[in-house]
Amino acid sequence: MNAILTVAGKEFRDGLRNRWVLAIALVLGLLAVGIAYFGAAASGAVGFTSLSTTIVSLASLAVFLIPLIALMLAYDAVIGEQEQGTLLLLLTYPLSRTSLLLGKFLGHGLILATATVTGFGVAGLVIGIGAEDIVLGELVRSLGLFILSAVLLGWVFVALAYLVSVLVSEKSRAAGLALVLWFLFVLVFDLVLLALLVGAGERIGREGLTYLLLLNPTECFRLLNLTGFPAAQTAAGVTSVAADGALRPAALLTSLLAWIAVPLALAVWRFRNRHA
Amino acid sequence: MTAVIEFEAVGKRYVGVDSLRDLSFRIGEGEVLGLLGHNGAGKTTTMKLILGLIAPSAGRISVFGASPTGAEARALRQTLGYLPENVSFYEQLSGREVLTYFARLKRVPLRQIDGLLEKVGLTHAAGRRVKTYSKGMRQRLGLAQALLGAPRLLLLDEPTTGLDPAATRDFYAMVRELKDNGSTVILSSHVLPGIEPYIDRALILGRGRRLALGSIDELRTEAGLPLRVSARGDWRDTPTRWPAGVRPLAIGAERLELEVAPHAKMAALRQLAADSRTQDLELQAPTLENLYTHFSTRSEAAA
Repeated sequence: MNAILTVAGKEFRDGLRNRWVLAIALVLGLLAVGIAYFGAAASGAVGFTSLSTTIVSLASLAVFLIPLIALMLAYDAVIGEQEQGTLLLLLTYPLSRTSLLLGKFLGHGLILATATVTGFGVAGLVIGIGAEDIVLGELVRSLGLFILSAVLLGWVFVALAYLVSVLVSEKSRAAGLALVLWFLFVLVFDLVLLALLVGAGERIGREGLTYLLLLNPTECFRLLNLTGFPAAQTAAGVTSVAADGALRPAALLTSLLAWIAVPLALAVWRFRNRHA
Repeated sequence: MTAVIEFEAVGKRYVGVDSLRDLSFRIGEGEVLGLLGHNGAGKTTTMKLILGLIAPSAGRISVFGASPTGAEARALRQTLGYLPENVSFYEQLSGREVLTYFARLKRVPLRQIDGLLEKVGLTHAAGRRVKTYSKGMRQRLGLAQALLGAPRLLLLDEPTTGLDPAATRDFYAMVRELKDNGSTVILSSHVLPGIEPYIDRALILGRGRRLALGSIDELRTEAGLPLRVSARGDWRDTPTRWPAGVRPLAIGAERLELEVAPHAKMAALRQLAADSRTQDLELQAPTLENLYTHFSTRSEAAA
């Protein structure tokens, strides 16, 4: 346990030092405030608009950004240390490979969580102060859920990045593979689902398509933040096939947690069983 | 003497390639072993096997009486120090932070750090980021890292690569000090003249096999390489009869160069000493480098 905390502490301090935390928080915070303020520009008005529109716009943006940030943060977790020679050294220390990887996950997870909570939290404050007819309780509830799901989504992609990092033998390949993952989950999956809906929608049925969405953590995230907002339907895209509330938030959160646990477990397993 | 490391017929096979074959040796406590060989001879593989980073495909390894990949591996690692070849530490951390990180992982009291920094001469740079360190400073930081927790066994892979002669000398002085304190040291190098005075025995590897093992004297006996004797004086006028095993290489106005087989050494020296033309004598035994070349070319000729 001590070793895990030591590794986590170092990763987190690295994140502070090379300004990852600050940069992520700034980007997310500025975008959130921007979206909240200019979100209604299309309809001719500028200023803080309804909470549901804001959350939905934020979610569609976060779905692109957060996976990308998480992958960039974590793709070289193992392969980077391998290339600079420190991995070989760490493995000769009284420290198991599992502890090393879990420690890194804890550190990177903390970086993402700190940045996300700070960035979106500050944005929430600005909205709460700036917007006029917003029920504070509702803001806290939906923004809280949004931040929680965004953090979980980030952790999913940190875990996926580790899997990439232990599978490849070169840093550049890890970067390439991470981008491919992002592409698949964020862009290609939607298109495939759309094709399925058009081509075989009858046979699979609405129910089947809904469960297909669970196969993609980004869809889980989107669904989580759309349920409960009628205004969300228009912005939901393919996700709207499941918008009838067939999937409860608890199920979606569980699915996100599984999406963290499974890739992380696979990465640990692969890391333990490969050559030094 | 108790064996710190014992290899019994150890082999290591990577996908189709034998990187180590039938290697056996023992190292005792307080011994400094030089691990010599070309690139790919199996030096790093041998170190990785001792460290338990890889498991042997054949044979048995014991380090302090335990298997380095077995159940006691964790405890064993506490007593090992390792300096890998080409390690570049975390550039964004300072030297002191790097040592703190590794000390925590090794569960070594953090108060050792200042002493180690001083020992390797990095006290003045301890607060600077590793990014600004020269190659020699990085290597010294690496050594300080290997010394955390006063390990009883040190493995140093090409420790003097990139060090200038003065730094190399300092480095080996430190190795000698460790040996005097009872630590066992294994170091690999291909800068042979540098390590000759500091090692007790040399293990010469070639293509994963043991080519020779022994102290320099033992290797000299085994190799039977001739010595060089040079005598100052004018030797041109009269032809001289030399004892068997002595071959003149150059006869000049100021100097005579002889190649002398080991068994003829004393006979040659007596004759030279008795000769009035000899003004001075110089004797050169085969160096580690000569021996290394001898053993490695012999194995190549056999292959």
